[in-house]
Amino acid sequence: MVPRPYVVKRMRKDTVDTFTLELGPKDGRSRFSFAPGQFNMIYIYGVGEVPISICGDPSSSTLVHTTRAVGAVTKAMSKLRRGDIVGIRGPFGTSWPVEQARTRDVVVVAGGIGLPPLRPALYHLLAHRDAYGKVVLLYGTSTPDDILFKEELENWRARFDLEVFVTVDRGTPGWRGNVGVVTTLITKAGFDPTNTIAMIVGPEVMMRFTALELMKRGVKAETIYVSMERNMKCGIGLCGHCQFGPLFTCKDGPVFRYDQIKDLLVKWEI
Amino acid sequence: METLERLLSQHPFFKELGGEYMQLVTGCASNVRFEPDQFIFREGTEANQFYLIREGRVALQLFSPERGHITIETLGEGDILGWSWLIPPYSWHFDAKALDLTRAIALDGKCLRRKCEDDHNLGYELLKRFSHIMGQRLESTRLQLLDLYGVRS
Ligand SMILES: Cc1cc2nc3c(=O)[nH]c(=O)nc-3n(C[C@H](O)[C@H](O)[C@H](O)COP(=O)(O)OP(=O)(O)OC[C@H]3O[C@@H](n4cnc5c(N)ncnc54)[C@H](O)[C@@H]3O)c2cc1C
Ligand code: FES
Repeated sequence: MVPRPYVVKRMRKDTVDTFTLELGPKDGRSRFSFAPGQFNMIYIYGVGEVPISICGDPSSSTLVHTTRAVGAVTKAMSKLRRGDIVGIRGPFGTSWPVEQARTRDVVVVAGGIGLPPLRPALYHLLAHRDAYGKVVLLYGTSTPDDILFKEELENWRARFDLEVFVTVDRGTPGWRGNVGVVTTLITKAGFDPTNTIAMIVGPEVMMRFTALELMKRGVKAETIYVSMERNMKCGIGLCGHCQFGPLFTCKDGPVFRYDQIKDLLVKWEI
Repeated sequence: METLERLLSQHPFFKELGGEYMQLVTGCASNVRFEPDQFIFREGTEANQFYLIREGRVALQLFSPERGHITIETLGEGDILGWSWLIPPYSWHFDAKALDLTRAIALDGKCLRRKCEDDHNLGYELLKRFSHIMGQRLESTRLQLLDLYGVRS
Protein backbone atom coordinates (compact mmCIF):
# COMPACT_ATOMS: atom_id res chain seq x y z
CA MET A 1 0.00 0.00 0.00
CA VAL A 2 1.54 3.28 -1.16
CA PRO A 3 1.30 6.35 1.10
CA ARG A 4 -1.05 9.03 -0.21
CA PRO A 5 0.34 12.58 -0.05
CA TYR A 6 -1.33 14.92 2.42
CA VAL A 7 -0.61 18.63 2.94
CA VAL A 8 -0.12 20.14 6.38
CA LYS A 9 -2.92 22.70 6.64
CA ARG A 10 -2.23 23.69 10.21
CA MET A 11 0.37 22.96 12.86
CA ARG A 12 -0.36 23.71 16.51
CA LYS A 13 1.92 23.26 19.50
CA ASP A 14 -0.15 21.85 22.36
CA THR A 15 2.49 21.42 25.05
CA VAL A 16 6.27 21.50 25.26
CA ASP A 17 6.55 18.13 23.46
CA THR A 18 3.15 17.57 21.86
CA PHE A 19 1.71 19.05 18.68
CA THR A 20 -1.34 18.72 16.47
CA LEU A 21 -1.30 18.47 12.69
CA GLU A 22 -4.32 19.13 10.52
CA LEU A 23 -3.91 17.46 7.15
CA GLY A 24 -5.80 17.47 3.87
CA PRO A 25 -5.30 15.30 0.75
CA LYS A 26 -2.82 16.97 -1.65
CA ASP A 27 -4.97 16.10 -4.65
CA GLY A 28 -7.87 18.06 -3.16
CA ARG A 29 -10.16 15.02 -3.13
CA SER A 30 -12.06 14.24 0.07
CA ARG A 31 -10.32 12.30 2.77
CA PHE A 32 -11.22 8.70 3.65
CA SER A 33 -13.69 8.04 6.43
CA PHE A 34 -12.52 6.39 9.62
CA ALA A 35 -13.94 4.92 12.79
CA PRO A 36 -12.98 6.31 16.24
CA GLY A 37 -9.93 4.44 17.55
CA GLN A 38 -8.32 3.72 14.18
CA PHE A 39 -4.82 4.88 13.30
CA ASN A 40 -2.80 5.95 10.28
CA MET A 41 0.78 5.21 9.31
CA ILE A 42 2.31 8.65 8.79
CA TYR A 43 5.36 8.78 6.57
CA ILE A 44 7.82 11.62 6.99
CA TYR A 45 9.67 11.50 3.70
CA GLY A 46 13.30 10.56 4.13
CA VAL A 47 12.93 9.85 7.86
CA GLY A 48 10.46 7.07 8.47
CA GLU A 49 6.91 6.00 9.20
CA VAL A 50 5.02 5.89 12.52
CA PRO A 51 1.57 4.73 13.61
CA ILE A 52 -0.47 7.61 15.03
CA SER A 53 -4.12 7.45 16.08
CA ILE A 54 -6.59 9.67 14.32
CA CYS A 55 -7.64 12.27 16.82
CA GLY A 56 -10.07 14.58 15.07
CA ASP A 57 -13.80 14.62 14.60
CA PRO A 58 -14.92 11.72 12.36
CA SER A 59 -17.42 14.08 10.72
CA SER A 60 -14.97 16.91 9.90
CA SER A 61 -13.24 17.21 6.52
CA THR A 62 -9.65 17.43 7.79
CA LEU A 63 -7.50 14.69 9.23
CA VAL A 64 -6.16 15.51 12.69
CA HIS A 65 -3.26 13.86 14.52
CA THR A 66 -1.89 14.83 17.92
CA THR A 67 1.59 13.49 18.50
CA ARG A 68 4.22 13.58 21.17
CA ALA A 69 7.78 14.05 19.95
CA VAL A 70 9.73 11.17 21.49
CA GLY A 71 12.19 9.94 18.84
CA ALA A 72 13.55 10.29 15.33
CA VAL A 73 10.31 10.29 13.35
CA THR A 74 8.03 12.12 15.75
CA LYS A 75 10.70 14.79 16.33
CA ALA A 76 10.97 15.30 12.56
CA MET A 77 7.16 15.51 12.46
CA SER A 78 7.21 18.22 15.12
CA LYS A 79 9.23 20.41 12.72
CA LEU A 80 6.64 20.25 9.92
CA ARG A 81 5.13 23.52 8.84
CA ARG A 82 2.06 24.58 6.88
CA GLY A 83 2.35 23.44 3.26
CA ASP A 84 4.71 20.52 3.97
CA ILE A 85 3.78 17.12 2.60
CA VAL A 86 3.52 13.80 4.47
CA GLY A 87 2.48 10.35 3.27
CA ILE A 88 -0.55 8.69 4.81
CA ARG A 89 -1.55 5.03 4.79
CA GLY A 90 -4.71 4.03 6.56
CA PRO A 91 -7.02 4.02 8.32
CA PHE A 92 -6.04 0.79 10.04
CA GLY A 93 -7.12 -1.31 12.94
CA THR A 94 -10.12 -1.91 15.14
CA SER A 95 -12.27 0.83 16.63
CA TRP A 96 -14.00 1.80 19.86
CA PRO A 97 -17.31 -0.03 20.47
CA VAL A 98 -19.45 3.09 20.09
CA GLU A 99 -22.37 1.15 18.60
CA GLN A 100 -22.31 -1.50 21.30
CA ALA A 101 -22.21 1.23 23.94
CA ARG A 102 -25.59 2.62 22.84
CA THR A 103 -28.06 2.94 25.74
CA ARG A 104 -25.27 2.29 28.25
CA ASP A 105 -23.12 4.55 30.42
CA VAL A 106 -19.70 5.19 28.92
CA VAL A 107 -16.55 5.79 30.96
CA VAL A 108 -13.58 7.09 29.00
CA VAL A 109 -10.24 6.98 30.83
CA ALA A 110 -7.20 8.68 29.29
CA GLY A 111 -3.65 8.83 30.60
CA GLY A 112 -1.15 11.33 29.12
CA ILE A 113 -0.94 11.09 25.34
CA GLY A 114 -3.82 8.56 25.61
CA LEU A 115 -6.36 11.35 25.24
CA PRO A 116 -5.95 11.91 21.46
CA PRO A 117 -6.88 8.32 20.48
CA LEU A 118 -10.07 8.67 22.55
CA ARG A 119 -11.09 12.06 21.23
CA PRO A 120 -12.91 10.77 18.11
CA ALA A 121 -14.92 8.46 20.36
CA LEU A 122 -15.89 11.44 22.55
CA TYR A 123 -16.90 13.42 19.46
CA HIS A 124 -19.05 10.51 18.37
CA LEU A 125 -20.66 10.10 21.79
CA LEU A 126 -21.43 13.82 21.98
CA ALA A 127 -22.75 13.94 18.41
CA HIS A 128 -25.17 11.14 19.28
CA ARG A 129 -25.60 12.13 22.90
CA ASP A 130 -29.20 10.93 23.24
CA ALA A 131 -28.18 7.38 22.35
CA TYR A 132 -26.06 6.97 25.50
CA GLY A 133 -26.55 7.01 29.24
CA LYS A 134 -24.06 8.89 31.37
CA VAL A 135 -20.81 9.84 29.68
CA VAL A 136 -17.75 10.36 31.87
CA LEU A 137 -14.22 11.43 30.92
CA LEU A 138 -11.43 10.77 33.42
CA TYR A 139 -8.10 12.23 32.34
CA GLY A 140 -4.80 12.01 34.15
CA THR A 141 -1.46 13.40 33.12
CA SER A 142 1.93 14.32 34.62
CA THR A 143 1.63 18.03 35.40
CA PRO A 144 -0.80 20.88 34.66
CA ASP A 145 1.50 21.96 31.80
CA ASP A 146 0.96 18.61 30.08
CA ILE A 147 -2.83 18.87 29.90
CA LEU A 148 -3.92 18.57 26.28
CA PHE A 149 -6.88 20.30 24.65
CA LYS A 150 -7.41 22.60 27.67
CA GLU A 151 -9.97 24.80 25.97
CA GLU A 152 -11.98 21.85 24.73
CA LEU A 153 -11.87 20.24 28.19
CA GLU A 154 -13.23 23.48 29.68
CA ASN A 155 -16.07 23.49 27.14
CA TRP A 156 -16.83 19.85 27.80
CA ARG A 157 -16.78 20.45 31.54
CA ALA A 158 -19.37 23.17 31.12
CA ARG A 159 -21.82 20.74 29.52
CA PHE A 160 -24.54 19.24 31.66
CA ASP A 161 -24.48 15.95 29.81
CA LEU A 162 -20.80 15.09 30.26
CA GLU A 163 -18.84 14.61 33.47
CA VAL A 164 -15.18 15.59 33.14
CA PHE A 165 -12.55 14.94 35.81
CA VAL A 166 -8.91 15.90 35.35
CA THR A 167 -6.03 15.02 37.64
CA VAL A 168 -2.26 15.40 37.54
CA ASP A 169 0.46 13.31 39.17
CA ARG A 170 2.38 16.41 40.24
CA GLY A 171 0.79 19.79 40.92
CA THR A 172 2.56 23.07 40.27
CA PRO A 173 2.26 26.21 42.41
CA GLY A 174 -1.12 27.76 41.76
CA TRP A 175 -2.75 24.54 40.52
CA ARG A 176 -6.09 24.13 42.28
CA GLY A 177 -7.22 21.04 40.42
CA ASN A 178 -6.92 17.42 41.46
CA VAL A 179 -3.60 15.76 42.27
CA GLY A 180 -3.34 11.97 42.27
CA VAL A 181 -3.31 9.12 39.81
CA VAL A 182 -6.16 8.78 37.35
CA THR A 183 -7.42 5.59 39.05
CA THR A 184 -8.45 7.67 42.08
CA LEU A 185 -11.06 9.39 39.91
CA ILE A 186 -12.98 6.18 39.29
CA THR A 187 -14.75 6.30 42.64
CA LYS A 188 -15.69 9.94 42.04
CA ALA A 189 -17.55 9.43 38.78
CA GLY A 190 -21.25 8.61 38.70
CA PHE A 191 -22.01 5.65 36.44
CA ASP A 192 -23.77 2.31 36.68
CA PRO A 193 -20.98 -0.30 36.67
CA THR A 194 -23.37 -3.06 35.62
CA ASN A 195 -24.35 -1.17 32.49
CA THR A 196 -21.13 0.53 31.46
CA ILE A 197 -18.71 0.36 28.57
CA ALA A 198 -15.23 1.59 29.49
CA MET A 199 -12.58 2.77 27.02
CA ILE A 200 -9.02 3.22 28.27
CA VAL A 201 -5.82 4.52 26.67
CA GLY A 202 -2.52 5.26 28.35
CA PRO A 203 0.69 3.55 29.38
CA GLU A 204 0.16 -0.18 29.94
CA VAL A 205 0.59 0.00 33.71
CA MET A 206 -2.00 2.75 33.90
CA MET A 207 -4.43 0.72 31.76
CA ARG A 208 -3.97 -2.38 33.93
CA PHE A 209 -4.59 -0.53 37.18
CA THR A 210 -7.50 1.39 35.69
CA ALA A 211 -9.13 -1.83 34.52
CA LEU A 212 -8.60 -3.37 37.98
CA GLU A 213 -10.16 -0.37 39.68
CA LEU A 214 -13.13 -0.44 37.30
CA MET A 215 -13.60 -4.13 37.99
CA LYS A 216 -13.47 -3.45 41.75
CA ARG A 217 -16.38 -1.09 41.17
CA GLY A 218 -18.26 -3.86 39.38
CA VAL A 219 -17.52 -3.22 35.70
CA LYS A 220 -17.05 -6.56 33.88
CA ALA A 221 -13.79 -7.24 32.02
CA GLU A 222 -15.89 -7.98 28.89
CA THR A 223 -17.13 -4.40 28.81
CA ILE A 224 -13.70 -2.79 29.20
CA TYR A 225 -11.72 -1.87 26.06
CA VAL A 226 -8.09 -0.75 25.83
CA SER A 227 -5.92 0.48 22.98
CA MET A 228 -2.49 -1.12 22.74
CA GLU A 229 0.72 0.22 21.27
CA ARG A 230 3.41 -1.91 19.67
CA ASN A 231 6.12 -1.02 17.18
CA MET A 232 4.70 -1.30 13.68
CA LYS A 233 6.00 -1.55 10.17
CA CYS A 234 3.40 -2.69 7.63
CA GLY A 235 0.27 -1.80 9.61
CA ILE A 236 -1.75 -4.44 7.77
CA GLY A 237 -0.92 -7.77 9.41
CA LEU A 238 1.90 -8.89 7.11
CA CYS A 239 5.26 -8.32 8.79
CA GLY A 240 4.72 -9.48 12.38
CA HIS A 241 6.42 -6.43 13.91
CA CYS A 242 3.46 -5.61 16.11
CA GLN A 243 2.93 -9.13 17.41
CA PHE A 244 1.34 -9.30 20.85
CA GLY A 245 1.19 -12.96 21.87
CA PRO A 246 -1.00 -14.62 19.27
CA LEU A 247 -2.38 -11.29 18.13
CA PHE A 248 -1.28 -8.58 15.73
CA THR A 249 -1.81 -5.15 17.22
CA CYS A 250 -2.27 -3.49 13.82
CA LYS A 251 -4.98 -5.86 12.59
CA ASP A 252 -6.60 -7.45 15.67
CA GLY A 253 -6.17 -4.16 17.56
CA PRO A 254 -5.21 -1.54 18.53
CA VAL A 255 -8.54 -1.58 20.38
CA PHE A 256 -8.93 -4.86 22.27
CA ARG A 257 -11.51 -6.12 24.70
CA TYR A 258 -9.74 -6.29 28.05
CA ASP A 259 -10.72 -9.87 28.93
CA GLN A 260 -9.14 -11.04 25.66
CA ILE A 261 -5.70 -9.61 26.44
CA LYS A 262 -5.49 -9.23 30.20
CA ASP A 263 -3.39 -12.36 30.65
CA LEU A 264 -0.98 -11.19 27.95
CA LEU A 265 -0.55 -7.83 29.66
CA VAL A 266 1.16 -9.40 32.66
CA LYS A 267 3.48 -11.65 30.61
CA TRP A 268 6.90 -9.97 30.60
CA GLU A 269 8.09 -12.01 27.64
CA ILE A 270 5.52 -10.49 25.26
CA MET B 1 -27.38 12.45 66.06
CA GLU B 2 -29.76 10.25 64.15
CA THR B 3 -28.82 11.83 60.82
CA LEU B 4 -25.12 11.57 61.65
CA GLU B 5 -25.52 7.88 62.42
CA ARG B 6 -27.39 7.38 59.16
CA LEU B 7 -24.78 9.30 57.17
CA LEU B 8 -21.95 7.35 58.78
CA SER B 9 -23.55 3.95 58.38
CA GLN B 10 -24.21 4.62 54.69
CA HIS B 11 -20.53 5.31 54.05
CA PRO B 12 -18.58 2.33 52.65
CA PHE B 13 -15.92 2.84 55.34
CA PHE B 14 -18.35 1.85 58.09
CA LYS B 15 -20.12 -0.84 56.06
CA GLU B 16 -21.23 -3.76 58.24
CA LEU B 17 -19.72 -2.28 61.39
CA GLY B 18 -22.75 -3.28 63.41
CA GLY B 19 -25.35 -1.16 65.24
CA GLU B 20 -23.68 -1.11 68.64
CA TYR B 21 -20.33 0.08 67.27
CA MET B 22 -22.03 2.54 64.96
CA GLN B 23 -23.55 4.17 68.01
CA LEU B 24 -20.14 4.33 69.71
CA VAL B 25 -18.61 5.90 66.61
CA THR B 26 -21.48 8.35 66.22
CA GLY B 27 -20.87 9.44 69.80
CA CYS B 28 -17.46 10.71 68.65
CA ALA B 29 -18.75 12.43 65.47
CA SER B 30 -19.70 15.99 64.60
CA ASN B 31 -20.47 18.01 61.47
CA VAL B 32 -17.81 20.47 60.37
CA ARG B 33 -17.39 22.96 57.53
CA PHE B 34 -14.30 24.60 56.06
CA GLU B 35 -14.11 27.66 53.84
CA PRO B 36 -11.97 27.60 50.68
CA ASP B 37 -8.27 27.94 51.59
CA GLN B 38 -8.92 27.22 55.27
CA PHE B 39 -6.43 24.82 56.82
CA ILE B 40 -8.06 21.76 58.34
CA PHE B 41 -4.85 20.75 60.05
CA ARG B 42 -1.19 21.71 59.94
CA GLU B 43 1.90 19.55 59.86
CA GLY B 44 3.38 18.85 63.29
CA THR B 45 0.24 19.65 65.25
CA GLU B 46 -1.61 17.11 67.37
CA ALA B 47 -3.73 14.68 65.35
CA ASN B 48 -6.92 14.07 67.20
CA GLN B 49 -9.46 13.66 64.42
CA PHE B 50 -10.19 12.10 61.12
CA TYR B 51 -12.70 13.32 58.58
CA LEU B 52 -15.18 11.83 56.24
CA ILE B 53 -15.52 14.33 53.41
CA ARG B 54 -19.15 14.84 52.40
CA GLU B 55 -18.67 17.64 49.92
CA GLY B 56 -15.80 19.73 48.55
CA ARG B 57 -12.13 19.02 48.00
CA VAL B 58 -9.10 18.97 50.26
CA ALA B 59 -5.42 19.27 49.29
CA LEU B 60 -2.81 17.38 51.28
CA GLN B 61 0.29 19.53 51.17
CA LEU B 62 3.86 19.76 52.30
CA PHE B 63 5.71 23.01 52.63
CA SER B 64 9.20 23.28 51.25
CA PRO B 65 11.12 26.56 51.57
CA GLU B 66 12.39 26.13 47.98
CA ARG B 67 9.09 25.16 46.33
CA GLY B 68 6.40 26.53 48.61
CA HIS B 69 3.23 24.51 49.28
CA ILE B 70 3.37 21.29 47.27
CA THR B 71 0.13 19.40 46.85
CA ILE B 72 0.75 15.67 47.21
CA GLU B 73 -2.79 14.53 46.74
CA THR B 74 -6.32 15.88 46.65
CA LEU B 75 -9.24 14.18 48.33
CA GLY B 76 -12.91 14.70 47.69
CA GLU B 77 -16.45 13.58 48.35
CA GLY B 78 -16.57 10.20 50.06
CA ASP B 79 -12.86 10.14 50.93
CA ILE B 80 -11.45 9.63 54.40
CA LEU B 81 -8.93 12.25 55.50
CA GLY B 82 -6.30 11.52 58.15
CA TRP B 83 -5.01 8.50 59.98
CA SER B 84 -2.34 10.05 62.18
CA TRP B 85 -4.81 10.06 65.10
CA LEU B 86 -4.48 6.27 65.12
CA ILE B 87 -0.72 5.89 65.24
CA PRO B 88 1.67 7.34 67.85
CA PRO B 89 2.94 10.04 68.16
CA TYR B 90 -0.48 11.25 67.01
CA SER B 91 0.73 14.26 65.05
CA TRP B 92 -0.07 15.33 61.48
CA HIS B 93 2.58 14.68 58.84
CA PHE B 94 1.04 16.96 56.23
CA ASP B 95 -1.01 20.11 55.96
CA ALA B 96 -4.61 19.70 54.84
CA LYS B 97 -6.27 22.67 53.16
CA ALA B 98 -9.83 22.98 51.86
CA LEU B 99 -9.76 23.91 48.17
CA ASP B 100 -13.50 24.49 47.92
CA LEU B 101 -16.17 24.93 50.52
CA THR B 102 -15.88 21.58 52.29
CA ARG B 103 -18.37 19.83 54.54
CA ALA B 104 -17.25 16.82 56.48
CA ILE B 105 -17.99 14.67 59.47
CA ALA B 106 -15.17 14.96 62.00
CA LEU B 107 -14.51 11.95 64.20
CA ASP B 108 -12.83 12.59 67.50
CA GLY B 109 -9.73 10.43 67.48
CA LYS B 110 -9.00 10.73 71.20
CA CYS B 111 -12.51 9.55 72.00
CA LEU B 112 -12.20 6.70 69.48
CA ARG B 113 -8.75 5.66 70.70
CA ARG B 114 -10.16 5.31 74.20
CA LYS B 115 -13.04 3.23 72.96
CA CYS B 116 -10.70 1.06 70.89
CA GLU B 117 -8.48 0.45 73.96
CA ASP B 118 -11.56 -0.59 75.94
CA ASP B 119 -12.87 -2.84 73.18
CA HIS B 120 -10.21 -4.42 70.98
CA ASN B 121 -12.80 -5.80 68.58
CA LEU B 122 -13.77 -2.25 67.70
CA GLY B 123 -10.07 -1.38 67.48
CA TYR B 124 -9.47 -4.29 65.09
CA GLU B 125 -12.47 -3.32 62.94
CA LEU B 126 -11.21 0.25 62.59
CA LEU B 127 -7.62 -0.85 61.96
CA LYS B 128 -8.79 -3.22 59.19
CA ARG B 129 -10.67 -0.38 57.52
CA PHE B 130 -7.79 2.05 57.82
CA SER B 131 -5.30 -0.55 56.56
CA HIS B 132 -7.43 -0.89 53.45
CA ILE B 133 -7.33 2.86 52.85
CA MET B 134 -3.59 3.03 53.58
CA GLY B 135 -3.04 0.20 51.08
CA GLN B 136 -4.99 2.09 48.42
CA ARG B 137 -3.11 5.33 49.07
CA LEU B 138 0.22 3.51 48.98
CA GLU B 139 -0.68 1.94 45.63
CA SER B 140 -1.68 5.32 44.21
CA THR B 141 1.51 6.91 45.51
CA ARG B 142 3.60 4.17 43.93
CA LEU B 143 1.90 4.76 40.59
CA GLN B 144 2.46 8.50 40.97
CA LEU B 145 6.17 7.85 41.63
CA LEU B 146 6.52 5.79 38.47
CA ASP B 147 6.14 8.91 36.32
CA LEU B 148 4.14 6.76 33.93
CA TYR B 149 3.56 9.42 31.34
CA GLY B 150 7.22 10.31 30.91
CA VAL B 151 9.09 9.38 27.73
CA ARG B 152 10.54 5.88 27.89
CA SER B 153 14.32 5.93 27.79
C1 LIG C 1 -1.75 2.08 17.17
C2 LIG C 1 -0.86 3.16 17.68
C3 LIG C 1 -1.36 4.44 17.84
C4 LIG C 1 -0.52 5.44 18.33
N1 LIG C 1 -1.04 6.70 18.47
C5 LIG C 1 -0.26 7.70 18.89
C6 LIG C 1 -0.78 9.02 19.00
O1 LIG C 1 -1.94 9.30 18.72
N2 LIG C 1 0.06 10.00 19.42
C7 LIG C 1 1.39 9.74 19.74
O2 LIG C 1 2.10 10.65 20.12
N3 LIG C 1 1.88 8.50 19.66
C8 LIG C 1 1.11 7.48 19.22
N4 LIG C 1 1.64 6.22 19.11
C9 LIG C 1 3.05 6.02 19.47
C10 LIG C 1 3.96 6.41 18.31
O3 LIG C 1 3.73 5.53 17.24
C11 LIG C 1 5.43 6.33 18.76
O4 LIG C 1 5.66 7.32 19.72
C12 LIG C 1 6.34 6.51 17.57
O5 LIG C 1 6.28 5.37 16.76
C13 LIG C 1 7.77 6.73 18.03
O6 LIG C 1 8.58 6.81 16.89
P1 LIG C 1 9.90 7.68 16.86
O7 LIG C 1 10.66 7.32 15.65
O8 LIG C 1 9.60 9.12 17.02
O9 LIG C 1 10.64 7.25 18.17
P2 LIG C 1 11.63 6.01 18.36
O10 LIG C 1 12.95 6.42 17.80
O11 LIG C 1 10.97 4.79 17.85
O12 LIG C 1 11.69 5.98 19.94
C14 LIG C 1 12.44 6.97 20.64
C15 LIG C 1 12.29 6.85 22.14
O13 LIG C 1 10.94 7.10 22.51
C16 LIG C 1 10.40 6.06 23.26
N5 LIG C 1 9.01 5.90 22.88
C17 LIG C 1 8.55 5.35 21.72
N6 LIG C 1 7.22 5.39 21.72
C18 LIG C 1 6.82 5.98 22.88
C19 LIG C 1 5.58 6.29 23.45
N7 LIG C 1 4.44 6.00 22.84
N8 LIG C 1 5.55 6.88 24.68
C20 LIG C 1 6.70 7.17 25.33
N9 LIG C 1 7.90 6.89 24.84
C21 LIG C 1 7.98 6.30 23.62
C22 LIG C 1 11.23 4.85 22.88
O14 LIG C 1 11.26 3.91 23.95
C23 LIG C 1 12.59 5.45 22.65
O15 LIG C 1 13.29 5.61 23.85
C24 LIG C 1 0.83 5.17 18.65
C25 LIG C 1 1.32 3.88 18.50
C26 LIG C 1 0.50 2.88 18.03
C27 LIG C 1 1.03 1.51 17.87
S1 FES D 1 2.74 -3.98 11.71
FE1 FES D 1 3.14 -5.57 10.35
S2 FES D 1 1.94 -7.17 11.16
FE2 FES D 1 1.36 -5.47 12.35
